[in-house]
Amino acid sequence: MSNYSMRRFKNKLALWIGALCAALAMIPLVSILYDVVKNGASSLNVDFLTSAPGVIGQAGGGIGPAIQGTLLLVGLTIIMGVPLGVLSGIYLTEFGDNPVGRVIRFLNDVLAEFPSVVIGVVIFTLIVLTFKSFSVIAGALALSIIMLPIITRSTEESLKLVPNSIRDASMALGIRRWRTTLSVVLTTAKSGVVTGILLAIARVAGETAPLVFTILGSQYFFSGLNSPMDALPIRIYRLALLPYPYAQAQGWGAALVLILMVLVVNIGVRLATRGRLYTTRSRA
Amino acid sequence: MLEGLKHPSSDVFFKYGSLVFAASVIGVIALSMVVLVRGAFPALTSFGFRFLTGVDWDAAVGFGALPYILGTLVTASIAIIIGVPISLGIAIFLAEMAPDAIKVAVSNIIELLAAVPSIIYGLWGLYVLRVWVANYVQSPLQNSFGFLPIFSGTSYGLNFLTAGLILAIMIIPTVASISREVMVSVPISQREAAYSVGATRWEVVRMSVLSYSRSGIFGAAVLGLGRAVGETMAVTMVIGGATGASALPTSLFKPGQTMATILVNQLSEAESGSLQLAALLGIGLVLFAIAFSINIVAQLLVWRVLKVQAGAVE
Repeated sequence: MSNYSMRRFKNKLALWIGALCAALAMIPLVSILYDVVKNGASSLNVDFLTSAPGVIGQAGGGIGPAIQGTLLLVGLTIIMGVPLGVLSGIYLTEFGDNPVGRVIRFLNDVLAEFPSVVIGVVIFTLIVLTFKSFSVIAGALALSIIMLPIITRSTEESLKLVPNSIRDASMALGIRRWRTTLSVVLTTAKSGVVTGILLAIARVAGETAPLVFTILGSQYFFSGLNSPMDALPIRIYRLALLPYPYAQAQGWGAALVLILMVLVVNIGVRLATRGRLYTTRSRA
Repeated sequence: MLEGLKHPSSDVFFKYGSLVFAASVIGVIALSMVVLVRGAFPALTSFGFRFLTGVDWDAAVGFGALPYILGTLVTASIAIIIGVPISLGIAIFLAEMAPDAIKVAVSNIIELLAAVPSIIYGLWGLYVLRVWVANYVQSPLQNSFGFLPIFSGTSYGLNFLTAGLILAIMIIPTVASISREVMVSVPISQREAAYSVGATRWEVVRMSVLSYSRSGIFGAAVLGLGRAVGETMAVTMVIGGATGASALPTSLFKPGQTMATILVNQLSEAESGSLQLAALLGIGLVLFAIAFSINIVAQLLVWRVLKVQAGAVE
């Protein structure tokens, strides 16, 4: 083989190896979606979605408390995490071009990649051990801490895309800096900020490890912010560990509900912002 | 602006008010450190350095974290060895070689892989991947090389290898998308230089892109390592959950435990005030320290590369 055709061959080979890697990585996703739908679809019905888990070992019962718990937790997490994250993001874009801002931005990126299990352990020690009770509040607090750096980063990325001329125009009208930021800059960047918030919600809705030590899981519907509560990821975990076929089927059913929630948000956001979505990590 | 100069108070308030919120990140990290050190203190004082080197896990004998530290290292290493080369292949394919239509579709699918919750990977790992590993990896290897100690063990797929494999799958989206970003940020001039002397696409990748983005790619791999070290639920469900000396990773096909999984398995049931609780918090502290260091290194590598290159002349 001549030198040139050898080089062409290597080029083709590299292309195909790359394509093979991409195909390999997609196999698990296809397999997960296939198995979750195949094994979970038969469990889905109104009764399963609304009733409490039955007696362990006997078929029947559902994931009502788990769905209620996940919605409640996500709601509380939004109340605590979103304002905090958005304001942090505002600080970093509008006032963060100094050493303090750089330190915060760096630690925020570190916290964003931090193992969620460690955050669960900290909240467990701080809240659950102190008040001697697993609680919804502890769970929501853990999830808010996980959500905070994600929203801070996406807010900062979106606000940075707002041209300075818009800020100058507003300031030239005599509008104060804070009013400019909240009413003009934030409004201009609204779709990016909301996108970041939605993706963060999808992320924390699937978190499991920090919930195991904070809300613990429960057989019952909501009974107060300071008592244990169920959530979809915890219910899947508990069901999967039971040795009964009905429990496995219910586990897959719960997984189908959770994956639908998460993927609907993710795919929806991607379709809505097609082509306009900032790359989540670029810091140019 | 004049108005603002005369009454700057609301703006000053806004600036420092938002700073307080932004600084909460520092507060969270500092608080975590204090809480974990204080909680782990009883275990650290009664075992001292033996806490890191001991293998026992029993209230009567003492608590040692070594099996779980090693378990984390072994599973994360398997994940890196398998996951990073595949991620690099994907990144090269997406950044340099694939046609545009395929690029968009493939990268969207890979991003979705990152969105699947860990617990669902766990469920799939427990019922699908485990069986696959047991039938197509464990049995053949043991039939041919069963005499080697690292292939011994009778677990039906609940072992270090399955845990490492599921971690490999889970870190691919992270490593692939960051390496790709690093490659895309290589200045066009670097590529043009190689093209102008007649290089093929692959030669351009090898000569300009890969050598230029080496440290960023390394950063992406370290970030993947950080993910693998901290990943919890999926591993908990497939690693088998041994404790004490039997959890030492002496074979790929033995059940074990990582730092993250023993926390999930035992923390919520540990008795308040017990030495076991302190030992578990000690493991939490070690995990915190390792994850923190890994992530700092990774952020420095990736950050520097992307920042420097963003400013480079194209």
